[in-house]
Amino acid sequence: MSLVFYIITALTVAGGLASMVLKNTVHCALALTVAFAGLALFFLNLDAQFAGFVQILVYIGAVAILVVFAILLTKGSETPKGGVFSRTWLAGLAVAAAVFAVLGWAILHTAPMLPGASHAPTATVLQIGQALIGRYVLPLEIVAVLLTAALIGAVIVAMHEKEGAK
Amino acid sequence: MIDSLDQIFVLLQHWLVNFLPASWQGAASVLINAAAIVCVFPALFAVAVWLERKGLGRMQNRLGPNRVGPYGLLQPIADGIKSLTKEDIVPLSADAAVHFLAPVLLVVTAFMGFAVLPMGRNMVLVDLDAGLLFYFAMGASTELAVFMAGWSSRNKYSLLGAMRAVAQMISYEVVLLLSSVVVVMMAGSLSLTKIVEAQNHYSWGFPHWYIFTPWGLAGFVMYAIAATAETNRSPFDLPEGESELVAGYHTEYSGFKFALFFLGEYVAMFSISGLGTTLFLGGWSAPFSFLTWVPSWIWFFSKLMLSIFVFIWMRGTLPRLRQDQLMNFAWKFVLPMCLLNLMVAAVWRFMGDGWLRWVVCSAILLVAYVGVGLTELRKKHIGPRSYRYAE
Amino acid sequence: MTPLAGYLLVAALLFSIGLAGALTRRNAILVLIGIELMLNAANLNLIAFWRYGPHPEALTGMMFAIFSIAVAAAEAAVGLGLVISIHRHAKTTDLDQMNRMKG
Repeated sequence: MSLVFYIITALTVAGGLASMVLKNTVHCALALTVAFAGLALFFLNLDAQFAGFVQILVYIGAVAILVVFAILLTKGSETPKGGVFSRTWLAGLAVAAAVFAVLGWAILHTAPMLPGASHAPTATVLQIGQALIGRYVLPLEIVAVLLTAALIGAVIVAMHEKEGAK
Repeated sequence: MIDSLDQIFVLLQHWLVNFLPASWQGAASVLINAAAIVCVFPALFAVAVWLERKGLGRMQNRLGPNRVGPYGLLQPIADGIKSLTKEDIVPLSADAAVHFLAPVLLVVTAFMGFAVLPMGRNMVLVDLDAGLLFYFAMGASTELAVFMAGWSSRNKYSLLGAMRAVAQMISYEVVLLLSSVVVVMMAGSLSLTKIVEAQNHYSWGFPHWYIFTPWGLAGFVMYAIAATAETNRSPFDLPEGESELVAGYHTEYSGFKFALFFLGEYVAMFSISGLGTTLFLGGWSAPFSFLTWVPSWIWFFSKLMLSIFVFIWMRGTLPRLRQDQLMNFAWKFVLPMCLLNLMVAAVWRFMGDGWLRWVVCSAILLVAYVGVGLTELRKKHIGPRSYRYAE
Repeated sequence: MTPLAGYLLVAALLFSIGLAGALTRRNAILVLIGIELMLNAANLNLIAFWRYGPHPEALTGMMFAIFSIAVAAAEAAVGLGLVISIHRHAKTTDLDQMNRMKG
């Protein structure tokens, strides 16, 4: 496990932790962006170049900005009076810790059976394009319909109701 | 001799790298290339600042700066010294960490775009298979830096400028991507070196640049509009409009941080012009086949400076667009034309060689341009003013 | 510990951090941020298995991850639209106060 892996892990986990712990909502969104960047670096480390660049373009370039806009439109940058964690925070933390314990046990228990290091696969853009139009054309079309539906749906849900201008 | 003049920077880099032991040579060559980019483009930035101020001055019927050196040539140095020695004021209620990081993020992502631009034959920093996608990923990250700058200043004008800038950049990012997808479709690759190779052929002395085809010309025009909007240049510079919003999202920045914003804007302009020349104007290839003896990097940088001059020319000539006008323009006019352009490029490809495909494609584009323009951009009737209050 | 186990552990850690945030924070938008973090952790799992799995040339893992990114972006858009709409109605995004079905 190389040094690069540990550095990227530290960056991503720090970003994730900060995004869930900080009080100021906009700081949380920016820490989430750091976590996204760390994940893109993970993808690049795993020789998945296309996925890494798509991660930066979609998540940092679109989802992060969407989250930040939503925070601004809902006055989220003011800290609430009752604290930022809900009343049942201990139960939530316990559940998350239990989930991590189970997943960690499963991984470490089966660690000897996992495949080891192998040579880097080549995933050229040409192969990805051919796979998208060949084997995965149905998911591609369904995702296109889904994105159109989500676009129209989000606009309708967030639109002002036309109760007449004052 | 001509070949070695063309490859002079590559040979220089090999000579420098050969001084080092073999295990360091890979990292060293990348570092030397990156250092060259970081030195050359700020120098070009100084030249562009002088060109802009003199050019704008002449277009506005006045002399530009002419005191600091002969014809004001040392003005960028004076500007640099001024911005380095000015006091760095941070507002008391501003978010210090985010306020500091915003210009840094902007400059870093603006410079990252140069990593995939082929500036000459064999002169690209990293020849990525998905080079164009990397460039757009870096461009998308720039928007976040703009938002961070506006929000962290805790200033209503900054926030308003930042929101407008981000809305504008997101809208025109879609247009930028779609007008580049046409080139990818015809060249068959996302790698910028392959796109330049595909344009490096000549027939009867004329080059096969994509701008000389109907879909390429339409794509180039839309790319130019989107590039002007992405870098917040006139006529799309409402977010930093000096008469409306003080200075938009960089109101609360002074001294070196403001110089970083300025640098970031110009460097983004260079890199987007570089991408435009790579995609549509043939990158480093010469305009006529009898001119191929001129080194390739001279052609790339000449086309780059020509694009910068056109940016300055547009700034001096056109009035500013209002926010709703620019959003309407993007979503209702340019985006449908982009989608139509994709279809026209497909028609071009499948009609085969000949004069008929020129006529058909140009006809489709012209009819669409006139049709969409007549329906979408006609003068709207202005009724009595209606208000909608914020909740 | 093989590299694959390392990546899977990091993905599990990110998933549980996202889950903890989604279960404990009050603001609805932060719950959505937690969900995004969980989706990203799952993507990391997919790509890690693609890289170290038996048939990387079939590109299954990469395709799955790309579709997952697209779907997550759509879900974030709709979810945030819903949060904005609820804020417009209830004037708050505090989840502890939204504990009734009646509007």
